[in-house]
Amino acid sequence: MKADDQKRLLREMIFFRRFEDRCFEAYMERKIGGFLHLYSGQEAVATGVMEMAKPGHDYVITGYRDHVHAIKSGAQPREVMAELYGKETGSSRGRGGSMHIFDPTVNFMGGYALVGQPFPLAAGLAMGCKHKGTDQIAICFLGDGANNQGTFHETMNMASVWKLPVLFVCENNQYAIGTHIDRSTAVVDQYKRVCGYNMEASQHDGMDIEEVMPAAKKAVDYVRSGKGPYFIEFMTYRFRGHSMSDAKGYRTKEEEAEWEKRDPIRIYSAKLREKGVVTDDEIKSWEKEIDNELENDIIKFAEESPEPRVEDLNKYVLDDNPDPRWIGPLVNEGV
Amino acid sequence: MAETAYWEAIRRAHDEEMANDKMVIAMGEDIGVAGGTYKATLGLFDKYGAERVIDTPISENSYTGIGIGASMVGVRPIVEIMSINFALLALDTIINAAAKIRYMSGGRVQCPLVIRTPGGTAHQLAAQHSARLARMFMSTAGLRVVTPRGPLDAYGMLKSAVRCNDPVVIIEHERMYNMKEDIPDEEFFRPLEGAEIVRHGTDITLIGYNYNVHLCLGAAEKLAKDGISAEVLDLRSLKPLDREAIRRSVEKTHHVVIAEEDEAPVGVGAEIIATVTEDCFYALDAQPIRVHAADVPVPYNAKLEKEAIPDVEDVYQGALKCLGRI
Ligand SMILES: Cc1ncc(C[n+]2csc(CCOP(=O)(O)OP(=O)(O)O)c2C)c(N)n1
Repeated sequence: MKADDQKRLLREMIFFRRFEDRCFEAYMERKIGGFLHLYSGQEAVATGVMEMAKPGHDYVITGYRDHVHAIKSGAQPREVMAELYGKETGSSRGRGGSMHIFDPTVNFMGGYALVGQPFPLAAGLAMGCKHKGTDQIAICFLGDGANNQGTFHETMNMASVWKLPVLFVCENNQYAIGTHIDRSTAVVDQYKRVCGYNMEASQHDGMDIEEVMPAAKKAVDYVRSGKGPYFIEFMTYRFRGHSMSDAKGYRTKEEEAEWEKRDPIRIYSAKLREKGVVTDDEIKSWEKEIDNELENDIIKFAEESPEPRVEDLNKYVLDDNPDPRWIGPLVNEGV
Repeated sequence: MAETAYWEAIRRAHDEEMANDKMVIAMGEDIGVAGGTYKATLGLFDKYGAERVIDTPISENSYTGIGIGASMVGVRPIVEIMSINFALLALDTIINAAAKIRYMSGGRVQCPLVIRTPGGTAHQLAAQHSARLARMFMSTAGLRVVTPRGPLDAYGMLKSAVRCNDPVVIIEHERMYNMKEDIPDEEFFRPLEGAEIVRHGTDITLIGYNYNVHLCLGAAEKLAKDGISAEVLDLRSLKPLDREAIRRSVEKTHHVVIAEEDEAPVGVGAEIIATVTEDCFYALDAQPIRVHAADVPVPYNAKLEKEAIPDVEDVYQGALKCLGRI
């Protein structure tokens, strides 16, 4: 990989971290409502996997921890932020919020709050690609906890039987809210769980983007070549609570400190510094630029955008403009 | 014009829509090689192949979800769920995904998905195969729910549903698949909205949907012998509901009976009576009547089963009560 690309990737990850930090602040200021699930700590996974796929071309779908996946797919950060602010300019016109970011213009097909629901939807997106005969694939990012849903098993089976072009990316951060995987899941290594469905699978370090990318490339190429689905597991950690209401009482300071040493941004910047690709000063200047962009463009846009109009409450429930031939109303003769 | 059975009408609609648009696919348990539990896809596997007439495993929630995912990228799936009881397993993906994706994406993503499923009580199938869940779908924003009462609607509404950009739930009925009716040979569409007066009358309005329309028609015959002129209104669509048609008819007859096969609490009838009270309370000359199923799981025993669900006599008696004749 070229030095320029390496720099871009590191800068992107720093951007994602600071974007999420800024969301945290906006939430504390009560500018963002509802549930807010931040991605800090897991950046290497979405960044590395999407770097090896075709963002904007391949379909991406995920759960509620979805801001970074949307942006890496090509959604405009200011539209994502405006969505968190519930504004009409938001990526879901203020109707979705943090857990339901959508941007079909870049084939980001949504964040979903029901744990496990995206599995079949992802297989359906893949079925659509296959049906249309395109070279697109569907990528489904979900947590380890989601694998205990029935949809996981049903979907792995169908995806495998029908050889659908879908890549399942398990972001194993070891916790489902406050329950450690040891206490909820009989098979701790998630990639092993799909062997019952005759599916290719592998497990990798999710904190080092240089480990993520080659593994992801192999998986993406496999799926794109038409061989069928692939299940890839990345071992990772979220640095913040599950959501904003989570005090993290279920984990120890020691455990957190251990994982913090494996901060994906720290690891990658150390590697790039060592190779002489970046300097501390350069990183500092990026941080300034990013903060500036966040404040003076992204947040400003969200703050200044209009709210949806109350008169539009019922908009988007059904097709606004259906063909009268099949929508009616029925003509009652002789009434 | 040809006399066509309900199942044949559905089959024909599948066939024509699949021939018309390569994006139309069918999926469900046993619908391919076996031709479907009620023969609604008979022969289509041979004609369109395994990629378009898809035999799914017994995984209702996930294959319906797969249909939704495919519909989000331009495919137009017709998902058959063998019995509405099994649709309970798919309620998450129907209610939380299909019905909401347009809304929560701010209108940017849509799910042009059709779900066909029989929902009713028939031939001693007992509690777990006799659910009537119309009310559950009816109370979900973002869905269209239609209940074709005969081959004409079964054909024309399925064709419209396939071309509609909203998720459409079509509730059929086990006891209707062999019902016959003349339908035109030329292609036609039936709208997904709008109630229909299937018998004009002046003394009382009998409201039904799905199989219950036939109970209402039977009751109207009996009432006619008593010199009572009953109007029969088929709701056809439970969502959206044609409140206008209900109001117009009640303002004409001043009496209303609703026949439903669902249990009464929080049922379709509850909604219809609320609608009548809200929209035309002062047009009523008598208290509205609900004719409904007993509030029990449907029993296996034939005598008990018959007792548990409404029949023509029940609707007739309901009408007499409403008219103060008993
Ligand atoms: C069907 C369903 N059940 C429960 C919840 C509540 N819930 C939200 S997130 C979560 C934990 C999910 O953990 P995991 O899949 O590992 O994802 P992570 O949050 O770790 O990224 C739970 C139980 C839900 N949203 N949906």
